[in-house]
Amino acid sequence: MDNLGELLHGFSIAVTVPHLVLMVVGVLLGILVGVLPGLGAPNGVSLLLPLTFGMQPVSAIILLSSMYWGALFGGSVTSILFNIPGEPSSVATTFDGYPMARDGRPTTALATAFGSAAFGALIGVILITFLASWVAQVALAFGPAEYFAVYFLAFASFVGMGGAAPVKTIVALAIGFAIAAIGIDTVSGSVRLTMGVDELVKGVNFVVAVMGLFGIGELLVAVEEEFHARAVSSKIDWREVFRAVGRLPRHGVALLRSAAIGCWMGITPGGPTAASFMSYGIARRFSRRGRYFGTGEVEGIISPETADHAAGTSALLPMLSLGIPGSATAAVMMGGLMIWGLNPGPMLFVDQKDFVWGLIASMYVGNIVAVALVLLTVPVFAALMRIPFVVIAPLIVIICVVGAYSVSNSYLDVVMMLGFGIVGYLFKKLFYPLAPLVLAIVIGDKAEDAFRQSMLMSKGSLGIFFANKLVTCLIVAGIALLLLPLVLQLAKLRRKPASPSTETTAQEKVII
Amino acid sequence: MGRTSVFLLSAAATVLAGTMPALSAWQPQKPIEFVATAGPGGGTDNLARAVQNIITKHKLTEQPIVVVNKGGGSGAEGYVYGKASAGDPYKVIFGTSNAWQQPLVSKVAFNYTDLTPVAAMAQDEFLLWVKQDSPYKTAGDYLKAAASGEFKMGGAQSKDTDEVLTRMIEKTGKVKLTYIPFKSGAETAVQLAGGHLDSHVNNPSESLGQWRGGTQRPLCVFSPKRLPQGPKVTASEGWSDVPTCVEQGLDIKQYEQPRTVWLPGKVTPDQAAFYVDLMKKVQATPEWKDYIEKTSQVDTFLTGAEFDKFIKEDLEHVKQVAGEQGWLVK
Repeated sequence: MDNLGELLHGFSIAVTVPHLVLMVVGVLLGILVGVLPGLGAPNGVSLLLPLTFGMQPVSAIILLSSMYWGALFGGSVTSILFNIPGEPSSVATTFDGYPMARDGRPTTALATAFGSAAFGALIGVILITFLASWVAQVALAFGPAEYFAVYFLAFASFVGMGGAAPVKTIVALAIGFAIAAIGIDTVSGSVRLTMGVDELVKGVNFVVAVMGLFGIGELLVAVEEEFHARAVSSKIDWREVFRAVGRLPRHGVALLRSAAIGCWMGITPGGPTAASFMSYGIARRFSRRGRYFGTGEVEGIISPETADHAAGTSALLPMLSLGIPGSATAAVMMGGLMIWGLNPGPMLFVDQKDFVWGLIASMYVGNIVAVALVLLTVPVFAALMRIPFVVIAPLIVIICVVGAYSVSNSYLDVVMMLGFGIVGYLFKKLFYPLAPLVLAIVIGDKAEDAFRQSMLMSKGSLGIFFANKLVTCLIVAGIALLLLPLVLQLAKLRRKPASPSTETTAQEKVII
Repeated sequence: MGRTSVFLLSAAATVLAGTMPALSAWQPQKPIEFVATAGPGGGTDNLARAVQNIITKHKLTEQPIVVVNKGGGSGAEGYVYGKASAGDPYKVIFGTSNAWQQPLVSKVAFNYTDLTPVAAMAQDEFLLWVKQDSPYKTAGDYLKAAASGEFKMGGAQSKDTDEVLTRMIEKTGKVKLTYIPFKSGAETAVQLAGGHLDSHVNNPSESLGQWRGGTQRPLCVFSPKRLPQGPKVTASEGWSDVPTCVEQGLDIKQYEQPRTVWLPGKVTPDQAAFYVDLMKKVQATPEWKDYIEKTSQVDTFLTGAEFDKFIKEDLEHVKQVAGEQGWLVK
């Protein structure tokens, strides 16, 4: 219970007028950079960083982390309303959030997302509060083999999930891996797949890929189908905000499961992106309404959002206690810590108690401030859906072009983004799933690095993946998740040998 | 302002400089872009932002400065960008010895000769680190143990400074090490703390927190003399208590990583001189001293012929190691 005393002390630091003002300012700025794609949390935080050099470290980190919370919430707004994920971790939110918003229920979608995100964040902070020292130990147990096992598990939970035809999923994955391989390879140091374009040495940025795949791709489909030709008649109802949040406890199982997945991936450190994908995949398998996922299901929003925020929050712990940043934003904040004269590492918890516990307390308060502010803005954002398609469509193109350009001020990125738009359109038309493609682009190279590092360590023996209990459990769980659909399918076939069910074709239509 | 007018301006400046050298030194007329050849949060990014902060605070130039990260491809993205911006004096590239080492070992589309050198501003030291509870007290013990079993040495990136040093240790200490490349020094430090590696050769700032936290400790520093006296890191020891590797029988006298500053190629001597002067002014501020101390680097300033000589020497050396390992491209 030592920690509880420390936490109370932390609250006495965090809950002061100047710090509350900083939180509100940080959250508002964060929502702004989160909603404007192409800016995003890492850029926003690095723009703000120089302003904090003169501040007390604890005030500075409160401002920056509040901005991070705001940006995480803001990122969900564009995912849901326009199908443009601003952060890798909000991709999975588009799968059901966007269909629901398009269906005329943007208020419900946004409020559900924010509510479950806040729940996830809360569980994440509670975990940090009580298990700080234990959590730091868990992360240390992760060598390359364990990292690979975690990524493998994330792929397995998503891939084995049915929905699309398995062959199409594998094709999508393979293309994703190939895109992830572009650029300099960490393990050999050589340049791969740049196809004579010098600038491609930097690799393909995630934001560029998803803006094209989702934003532009969806737009092309919509233009062709004239689906959006008129504005969605969305009723803006204040009460719906509260009703949607009030309905959340009904999905208690999904909330708790997703929070658990999120925390686990946050501390291990698989990261928020892998967490949200994995949580969505598992929810789709185990939810009673799993087969409707992709058409605007409430649990399809709850699962990735809760896991994303639980992981994002608990990932701050490895950053503080070990000095490994769990995300790009955490990396910028870590740069900040060094400039403020603090060294992230195990001693931070001993030397800088005020800083650490002030930050943890501010995570409770900051998230409450953030969720209150975003819930207030829901009707405003939902109103955006009433703007006619002829106005919104060019706006989306502008947002995507500016967003892609501002990633690293490069025209090549804009061209690639448009190229990805065509790929996204073709995928939709041919019923290929986008999710495995994106997952492979985001964590494909990390998984590859971890695998090859393991092979270097073991001199090429696969035995390293069964060398201890931890890694064996992860690998076995991954293989089980991969084989499960196959086994179920076989069992089904044995029971009723000949019925090419209409269900599969119906499912094909809702592939995300 | 269009590209042409910038060109005309700089051309005018050159003409003026030719006729009246004393009066018309070049001054920037629009915002300056600092290109960090590393992602946000790394050592190179910290340097670029520290310099930006100092210049802004002391108003060393009238023009605003923006920091841009181009860290893709182990920094190659930033250098390629610098090469493509030839003649543009509003892009300043911050990097390391990567600028001349990377083109040796991978087929990247630049060479350091495509850029105009400004200065080397700080040197990062390398140390040999082991896990806190490992039995080795000196570099000699370590080498003895490494000779019998194959040790795992971690480091940041492949065929880069860390691996070059690892191969030098192998050769000098007559041992065989398995080198495992990770994305960054911080990641490597955590892998050593978790016992997944036997050693690494991190810079001081990359493992400072871990040393203080008692998960790993330095055996020796690859420097001709011990590091300067500073505040104690652990209860009993500071950087100056770490013996040099030569003292301990590992005969590698000096291995350092310079933090380097460049302009794109084809800028005028006047423009380059402006930035040399600017960086000199930055170095004279108390904030710079503070930055150097907090990141445990060594303050140096190499420019002009001295910097050229340093590059040439380092290049010879790396070429030799890379040649022996069969890494050279072309």
